[in-house]
Amino acid sequence: MAVLRVKFTKTKRDKLAQVLWILNWISVITGVILFSLGLFLKVEINKRKELMADRDIQYVPNMLIAVGLIACGINFLGGKICYDCVDTTKFLRWKLIMLPYIVCTFFFTSCILVGALMCYSMRGELEESLDLGLAAALKFYKDTDTPGRCFLKRTVDMLQIEFRCCGNEGYKDWFRIQWISNRYLDMSHKEVLDRLRSNVEGKYLQDGVPFSCCNVDSPRPCIQSRISNNSAHYNYDHVTEQLNLWPRGCRHALLDHYTHIMQSIGLTVLVIWVFELSVLTGVRYLQTALENVLRLGDPDSESDGWLLENSFMETARINLNIIKNLGKCNQVDTASNGDPNINVPCTSTATYGPDNLPPKPQPKTS
Amino acid sequence: MENTEIHVVPNILLMVGLASIGTNWIASRVCQDSLDMSRFPRWKGLLLAWFAVATLLCCLLVTVVILSYALQGRLEESLKIGLRNGIRFYKDTDVPGRCFQKETIDRLQMEFRCCGNNNYKDWFEVQWVSNRYLDFTSKDVKDRIRSNVDGRYLLDGVPFSCCNPGSPRPCLQNHLTDNHAHYNYEYQSEDLNLFNRGCRQALTDYYMGLMNSTGPGVLSVILIQVSVILSLRYLQTAVEGAMASENPEDDSVGYLLEKGLKDTFEDIKSKAQDLLKLAQVDPTTGEACPEAEDEKANNGTDKAASPTPTS
Repeated sequence: MAVLRVKFTKTKRDKLAQVLWILNWISVITGVILFSLGLFLKVEINKRKELMADRDIQYVPNMLIAVGLIACGINFLGGKICYDCVDTTKFLRWKLIMLPYIVCTFFFTSCILVGALMCYSMRGELEESLDLGLAAALKFYKDTDTPGRCFLKRTVDMLQIEFRCCGNEGYKDWFRIQWISNRYLDMSHKEVLDRLRSNVEGKYLQDGVPFSCCNVDSPRPCIQSRISNNSAHYNYDHVTEQLNLWPRGCRHALLDHYTHIMQSIGLTVLVIWVFELSVLTGVRYLQTALENVLRLGDPDSESDGWLLENSFMETARINLNIIKNLGKCNQVDTASNGDPNINVPCTSTATYGPDNLPPKPQPKTS
Repeated sequence: MENTEIHVVPNILLMVGLASIGTNWIASRVCQDSLDMSRFPRWKGLLLAWFAVATLLCCLLVTVVILSYALQGRLEESLKIGLRNGIRFYKDTDVPGRCFQKETIDRLQMEFRCCGNNNYKDWFEVQWVSNRYLDFTSKDVKDRIRSNVDGRYLLDGVPFSCCNPGSPRPCLQNHLTDNHAHYNYEYQSEDLNLFNRGCRQALTDYYMGLMNSTGPGVLSVILIQVSVILSLRYLQTAVEGAMASENPEDDSVGYLLEKGLKDTFEDIKSKAQDLLKLAQVDPTTGEACPEAEDEKANNGTDKAASPTPTS
């Protein structure tokens, strides 16, 4: 009642071992690809660190980097094992390691899947981080004389030029903050004083935007100040004028940029996951086929390979029993009247015999 | 750019690159066949032509290196005229054929961090705001238009693409020469507000940088080609010497030129003269009048006898 039983002749086994050796080496390369994808994402996020608020988004590239490195190691070991599997005598030294190796690799491939899914789930956190980060950056745009913030103006300007965006959600964000430093305001001028008095916090607010919001494709020289005032400029209607400033908000632009990167990375990681899973299946078949050959005694004979020896339910039951008996091993058996001096033999690692059923509970002798 | 003369440099490089794929592939076949005595002779006739072509390619490469430095002046001129036109037609976003000049110049200034042709003052001499966006009833506009002969709207302002993002101050684009128009502003000492470089200088630097970085590559390719030509010549002469001698397995001598340089030159000169004389004798006999043919036939033997001692 094995799961997906396949017959293997000697030549088939040898060929499988060789193919798996090559595939494992390809998997080492895909591990390197995973590592470099993680590194790339980390670099991209760090490039715009100043515009992101402190949020937990570094875990995604870190996970990809770790998974990539581990994949290289595991597949390197897998390559060595498969190379030795062609020769039955060399297989003997890997026999005991192979099953734990397969179990570990199985859990590791699920880590790869988790990594791929995390790439898609990161978007929400990223949006929040960008929203808060950009709001702060716009607020500190004018503080070019404050240490730690002096390059924020240049960063925001270059961002708006490069990503063709203006403000957080739109250009109107600039109307709500003071983006001209007090050093460049003539406090004796009436207009300046009026504007400062016009709001509660004493900020110099105006309906103008920095030059970096100007749209290069506009047929008209850029209108940056008195944007909402139609009569301030000739032949101008701010409601219908689409091309004067960049239409998008920078949060939207940056989110699109990162989502695009993460979707491509997520897709690549999914493909790598499928590839790793198939390599793992091959290794499992090879392991079971070789173990059966050893059991039959004749190294050149045919043997069966399978994924699981019994059906899923049987295997689950057997493993649960093993775990339960492991637990019993450490507990004192109450059938001996709680006397710790009586030696109760551990039945947890006993072989089950040819019919593969757990033994019926034996009456304990006190 | 005004003209495309500078295109000769990359065009030659492309041509030489493609041609050398062919010549070097032939050279590799020749070398492979030189190991086998029976197959080498079929290349004999081709080799002279190959040497000529390969030497020509090397000379072309050397020309490219020289040209890339010599054409710098022409490149600068071309850029100067082209940029001047671009700045002049900046405002003509409604004229077909010129509607993208504004976008091109804006992108150029932002990408190369430059302003105007030589510097930002070039924008003061040109009307860069289109008449469609000027209110001709306004006094200020009328004053400005009347202030110059051509009736252009000139102002001491620059487009937004001249603004330097690295400036600590929000960009000042208008009334640049008026210190009182802006608070705490002195245009003589303000150097971070706009980009300082002219676009012509920026573009020339960029292109010369490109050509300087490809220079070492081209020089190394020339060296490799020359060494290939010389080695193939040695191989050819050595193999021919071995084939000519009785024992092909024996040592043979390889050389670049059979005789000394001067002698080889004399040889080639005399061969060329022979070829020319051969070409000259035939037309003169062809033009001879049919009446004088008999006379010529009588004197033909004498004529044939006389040139031979002197050649």
